[in-house]
Amino acid sequence: MNRDEHGWRRLDPKMAAVNLRWLAVPLAPATIGTLWTGGRFDAEFLITLAILTVVFVAITVFDLARCRTTRFRITPERVELRSGVFVRRVRSVPRDRIRSVDLTAHPWHRVLGLSVVRIGTGAAAGSGEDGELVLDAVSHAEAVLLRRELWETRAAALGASGAGDPARRDGVLARWRTGWLRYAPLSVWSVAWVAVAAGAVERVSKIFGVELWKTEFAADVWELFRSVPLWLGITVVLAVVLGVGAVGSLALYAETWWGYRLEREPGGTLRVRRGLLTTRSLSLEERRLRGVELVEPLFLRWGRGARVGALAVGVSTKDNEESTSTALTPPAPRAEAHRIVSEVLRESRPPTAAALRPHPRAALRRRVRLALWWTVPPVLVLALLGLWLTPVLLHLAWISALVLVPVGLAAAADAARALGHALDGHYLVTRYGTGHRRTVALRRDGVIGWTISRSVFQRRAGLLTLAATTAAGEGAYAVRDVPVGVGLGFAEHAVPGLLRPFLETGRPEAAGAGR
Amino acid sequence: MVTVDGTPTGARAGMVPPAPPTPPAPSAPSVLFGEADLRLRPPRNRVDRRAVWCWTLLALVIVGPPVLTLALLTALIPPARLWLGASLALVAVPSAAYVLVMPRWRYRVHRWEVTDHAVYTASGWFWQKWRIAPMSRIQTVDTVRGPLQRLCGVAAVTVTTASAAGPIRIGGLDDTVASDLAEWLSRATEATKGDAT
Repeated sequence: MNRDEHGWRRLDPKMAAVNLRWLAVPLAPATIGTLWTGGRFDAEFLITLAILTVVFVAITVFDLARCRTTRFRITPERVELRSGVFVRRVRSVPRDRIRSVDLTAHPWHRVLGLSVVRIGTGAAAGSGEDGELVLDAVSHAEAVLLRRELWETRAAALGASGAGDPARRDGVLARWRTGWLRYAPLSVWSVAWVAVAAGAVERVSKIFGVELWKTEFAADVWELFRSVPLWLGITVVLAVVLGVGAVGSLALYAETWWGYRLEREPGGTLRVRRGLLTTRSLSLEERRLRGVELVEPLFLRWGRGARVGALAVGVSTKDNEESTSTALTPPAPRAEAHRIVSEVLRESRPPTAAALRPHPRAALRRRVRLALWWTVPPVLVLALLGLWLTPVLLHLAWISALVLVPVGLAAAADAARALGHALDGHYLVTRYGTGHRRTVALRRDGVIGWTISRSVFQRRAGLLTLAATTAAGEGAYAVRDVPVGVGLGFAEHAVPGLLRPFLETGRPEAAGAGR
Repeated sequence: MVTVDGTPTGARAGMVPPAPPTPPAPSAPSVLFGEADLRLRPPRNRVDRRAVWCWTLLALVIVGPPVLTLALLTALIPPARLWLGASLALVAVPSAAYVLVMPRWRYRVHRWEVTDHAVYTASGWFWQKWRIAPMSRIQTVDTVRGPLQRLCGVAAVTVTTASAAGPIRIGGLDDTVASDLAEWLSRATEATKGDAT
């Protein structure tokens, strides 16, 4: 390790080579363009290429300078990072404030045996860079040493007290199975992917001066489409889109989750390791864990799959940045997801599989009304316009009525069926959602308040939405459309004493929540 | 000094209920009444009457520009008077209803209460919200006076917890009541330990 007399270390010198990767962005189109056109470029292409070159040369130079000027130092008390070309910045974190030390290696790092070290401080989580110190990058061996020095020794010291605890289950909690790849296409993204990819191809070919829609190939395809019956054409196009989408999502799933391993390290840290080309390790202190959520998007649910996310203090589950991702499992079989939940929470059975109390028919009626509200008016508007303008719209109206209304009603019924809540040991469990069904198990001692909300319609139906506020995840998790008395009783049981002074019994017509 | 509920006993009045119910210890089984007739009682204190003016001003700021624009256009473009007048009516009638109804409705709903153990607020009008945060989980207490609020002589106290769901806001308080409340809350929360997560 290269360090000066004050203990300041540099990033790995091989980073210079890594930074050159940016030059590939202008080089690739230049090469392909030369091969394609034989060196006869039009002005538009040259200008695009010139701008690309300038921008990416600038990025390369800046990155090189950043790597040359970055220094870090580890003292017995602190981790310090000095960086910046124009603005010198010194950041310093007390070692006992470190919340995670994670390693990431992109393909270009892996080729040269490098790893990025992210030192999370837990402070200002969600505000991006300020929440962590990033060493981009050091050699893999040094990264592993750093993690051991900064994290594992400390974590082990912290966890030594609980070593006699019989409930602790250290070691690997879950492992990758190649068969899980079958869940990859069960995502709406698999279709969205195709559109994105098609758009990208179209844009890129435009840079080379190729109008994709005017090529002979496109004309041939269009001729073929017109020569076969319409239903066959549409079926084939759908099959191609679905096929390409499935392959794309399969590749993405493999890249993200290959080699997945969830383990508990001594001292109470959950660590997820995963990735095919880019390898990542993400760690999460159990101290910050307030529960889990089991997420079942529609298609995944049909395939009997689910994924598990952690509810951790200060980390939003919507935040999908790789450094703060709270995903504990890939889309996996539901039974396996439940098993992982119980392992992660150290419970004998998973609270996410608890028997839930269903919500009343009034909740279903609300959802049906909402479904009709969103589907019937558009159909009526179409029909009216059809009567006024052209019968084509009239046909469109009855077709969309036949499709939209049943789908809306089915979604409403499914959403109502999803609703449920329960108390299971230390956990408050609530389930909701149809397109994206979630079962949330939140620690009862992680509840830091209640928010009860009612619309005029809910007041008429005698329902309320009870949200437990918490420092973890999205900040509040709701039990939706529960009868007033049941919801309030549930809240009082979940956190005894908090709601009690504000509850009363009596006829609901009196002043208060009924108003 | 006049408090929010009009009793001249100082701002501290109303922050603690007359007969503080002793909350059961967390381990004690919570004996509940039958679920069927359980409900929330409203918090004890109303907000200041001047808050109605504040909400009215706010409503005017929201609906004013579109209504004024349409009115001006109706006046200036005689050929399109029929259509512009119709759309003006279409916008102005709900706007007027909003300006008249919303502040009064809110005044009936908005209430607050602070006990030794929790902050309890009710707010909203069409959608109503009751929020409860235990004193031990409060992280910061601020008083806020926006330009409209200063105009009406009211202030808000915002209480943040560690939740990302947003702070609890007690708006429309008399200035003095707000500062006293904020100070009392800060002192009460200073006494609790931990990071309130």
